[in-house]
Amino acid sequence: MQLDSLTVLNAERAARRACILVTDLDDGTQRVVREDEVAADPLADLLKSRLLSGKSGLVELEGRQVFLTVQVPPVRLVVIGAVHISQALCPMAAALDLSVSVIDPRTAFATPDRFPGTVLVTQWPDEAFASAVPPLDRYCALLALTHDPKIDDPALVAALKAECFYVGALGSRKTHAARVERLAQAGLSPQQIGRIAAPIGLDIGAVSPAEIAVSILAEIVARQRKSAP
Amino acid sequence: MLSAETDILKAAESWRRAGRRVALATVVETWGSAPRPVGSHLVVDEDGSFLGSVSGGCVEGAVITEGLEAIADGRPRVVEFGVADETAWRVGLSCGGRIRVFVERID
Repeated sequence: MQLDSLTVLNAERAARRACILVTDLDDGTQRVVREDEVAADPLADLLKSRLLSGKSGLVELEGRQVFLTVQVPPVRLVVIGAVHISQALCPMAAALDLSVSVIDPRTAFATPDRFPGTVLVTQWPDEAFASAVPPLDRYCALLALTHDPKIDDPALVAALKAECFYVGALGSRKTHAARVERLAQAGLSPQQIGRIAAPIGLDIGAVSPAEIAVSILAEIVARQRKSAP
Repeated sequence: MLSAETDILKAAESWRRAGRRVALATVVETWGSAPRPVGSHLVVDEDGSFLGSVSGGCVEGAVITEGLEAIADGRPRVVEFGVADETAWRVGLSCGGRIRVFVERID
């Protein structure tokens, strides 16, 4: 491998961008395809599906053995609201290998006792994104769970602008209709607002906080595995 | 696991930049109960110092030898290890699995 290719792989990884190293095992020739180059690549369909699965592997192309080294940034889950659902959700998310941060400025809610082993940030979302929590990106999922527009709305705006792959907001259809109006006034486009999963989670008839957590995480997994990254 | 693999790629880059001659081994295919997944890396330098694992220990020695040869001749190669190839390679995976490893020099 050329040192240049290795350098690109490491740099893309550090910047939390996906890329794929395509190696012809028969003659050792290689090239790196960055995520923003995938669409225009001759192997676009193949590479897209690999980015979705995140798995490296061997393929045969026109009789040649080609190995795809797939680098996809680890998914981060940012939860707004140290609420009951979040308490149920954090251990489940850990089991899915998601790295979780919980943000809630209300110190009565965001206590280590209620969230053992979870990264807790007792700041307003805007403050948190500027310091304690790494910037949002498209490999993040954001959940707005506080029911409080003062806390949820700025986080939703930030997540939609950062093109997080999943943005979900708790609340009834009526609550969400009011939210849509507020976000439109805040300058977001209908397309951006339309990306919010609301009502949040897959419709499995969830009632308890743990069941709602299951429905939310199932929707995140589906978004990860079934649509474009 | 993925982040650990990246650490190995980072090491490969920094070793090369430090002037060491380096080869990288990557697991490209596995059958049966192979101990390390496809995409696992091992980096080795001209002195035989290495980092990472392609088999959990069974065939590392042979992979390192291949790495040293790749460093010497610059030729990328695919090598296969497993019970079925024990005679050919004089090493085997005790678990009964089989792996193919791509070994290349970093230029």
